[in-house]
Amino acid sequence: MLAYSLKRLGVALLVALTVSLITFSMIYISGDPALAIAGEGARQQDVENIRRFYGFDRPIYVQYLDWLWSALHGDLGRSYNLRQPVADVIFQRLPTTMLLGACAITFALVLAIPLGVLAAVKPNSIFDRVSLTLAVIGQAMPSFWFALTLILWFGVYWRLLPITGQDSWWNFVMPSIALGYYVTPAVMRLTRAGMLEVLSSDYIRTARAKGLKPMRVLFKHALRNAIIPVVALAAVQFGFMLGGSIVIETIFQINGLGYLAWESIQRKDLPMMQAIVLVLSIIYVLITFLADMLNAFLDPRIRVA
Amino acid sequence: MAETGVVRAGMMTAEEILAPSPGARLRKRIFGHFGLMLGGGVLLLIILMALLAGVLSPHDPYDQQLARKLIPPFWHTSPKVTWDHVLGTDHLGRDYLSRLLHGAQVSLIIGFAAMVISGVIGTVIGVLAGYFGGRVDMAVNFIITTRLSMPVVLVALAVVSIVGSSLTVVIWVLGLLIWDRFAVVMRSATQQVRSLEFVTAAEAVGCSPARILLTEIAPNVMNHLIVVATLEMAHAILLEAALSFLGLGVQPPTPSWGLMISEAKGLMYFDPWLISIPGVALFLLVLSINLVGDGLRDVSAPENRS
Repeated sequence: MLAYSLKRLGVALLVALTVSLITFSMIYISGDPALAIAGEGARQQDVENIRRFYGFDRPIYVQYLDWLWSALHGDLGRSYNLRQPVADVIFQRLPTTMLLGACAITFALVLAIPLGVLAAVKPNSIFDRVSLTLAVIGQAMPSFWFALTLILWFGVYWRLLPITGQDSWWNFVMPSIALGYYVTPAVMRLTRAGMLEVLSSDYIRTARAKGLKPMRVLFKHALRNAIIPVVALAAVQFGFMLGGSIVIETIFQINGLGYLAWESIQRKDLPMMQAIVLVLSIIYVLITFLADMLNAFLDPRIRVA
Repeated sequence: MAETGVVRAGMMTAEEILAPSPGARLRKRIFGHFGLMLGGGVLLLIILMALLAGVLSPHDPYDQQLARKLIPPFWHTSPKVTWDHVLGTDHLGRDYLSRLLHGAQVSLIIGFAAMVISGVIGTVIGVLAGYFGGRVDMAVNFIITTRLSMPVVLVALAVVSIVGSSLTVVIWVLGLLIWDRFAVVMRSATQQVRSLEFVTAAEAVGCSPARILLTEIAPNVMNHLIVVATLEMAHAILLEAALSFLGLGVQPPTPSWGLMISEAKGLMYFDPWLISIPGVALFLLVLSINLVGDGLRDVSAPENRS
């Protein structure tokens, strides 16, 4: 287990380092970041001033190492627009996005796991087919359009839920559904496949032969084993959601990291953009690492590979 | 050739002769698949509409006439409804049907081009990793992990905002970002095929790796490639719509379905059809492509071949 963990940790650190390099170079894609900040038609003198002010005149590797060194010390630079340390703003907004992500993944799991179990208990039944059809339909709906449609029906026509803001728990219902529904088909399919495999195994037959109650066999014996890959999938999807929440947060005006990202992209706030991409990537690396560890802990066969 | 055919037929049993040919069986599987037929039909219709947008459009999609703005579509009972604008007009008085038809072009072009770019990248590195294994595989795995850890929408938005938006930029940004599924699937497909006997045989007779990759591996991973290609095209179309919706994809006045929804966002409480029409169009396009992909997977799955 230790050797496996160390190997995984090494890869995770290397990935994080590579991500930091890519994130850093992002602002050089257009060539000259000073020119990008100054905007078109800026005077040569102004561009030069900006270049010196933000340190773009130094050799590029010095800039990267300086940036990386500061980042490792929790200093991600100062926002061009908010005139505040980027790290402060990000960690102020991060809990909101985490909360939204947690609500969304909970919604997805609560919906998908029972559906997946039911589909596996009665494969190829009407129920199985209907849930499969719904999954295909769900995956074709653009999330922003689905969110707007939810707002229209639940917020405007039926007046059941608040449309924007984050004052109460009710505000998180629609955003969580809009963010989480996209994950449901994948979780459902994986639960179904896992359950089908487990249900045909010998120990389930034994449990049934002993005369255990069907529900007990299904949930205590079968689901426990079938759920292992679902845990890893849910963790990875949670990581994707944090990045994908930008669309949902802008629509519902939830003041999280996604909304912050959208604002800073609109205003070309380069340090903020870099930092958000970096933070979200690192969180993803961390989550997948923990998911790997959890999987290896639950399923000893993985550790050997 | 005819002679060998006769000789072979002579050696076959009656059942084998009467059984449908492999081609006929494939055709039967394809035409008997409901999802594939439905998806293929809708997709073909949308492609035709996009190709003929110039001819079919009743108006110029860019022509603004503020005097005729916000005419509802034909199913509404408002007195403003006119058959001249079947799907109504938007907030600038542009014909919605014409914009919808031209928007189909944008979605299909971006989806297809981004899919081709990501397909080339993902297939090359995936096949190399699967065939050579060892260090190449480790390196490719590392590249895939790194790519997956970066949030697609965010990186795409950031890059587009720095470089400046245009159709070409959106295509390249998406193409360079979404090759991960190609790489993952092609890697495992190649690994599977590589362990089969005919590859070992080809190696034994001294074929070069390039020849083995092109003539032995490539034809046998093609079905996986086609399935992923359809799914990734749908993915690219959804991403373009999301970028355009956030104002950093296709720029106005170009008609894009995502942009149409974005422009109508503020008016949706009064004129909800402004978002439902492009939304349904987007949904149908993505659904039909996904159905074709799922159908092709079913049809080409080896267990269905016997």
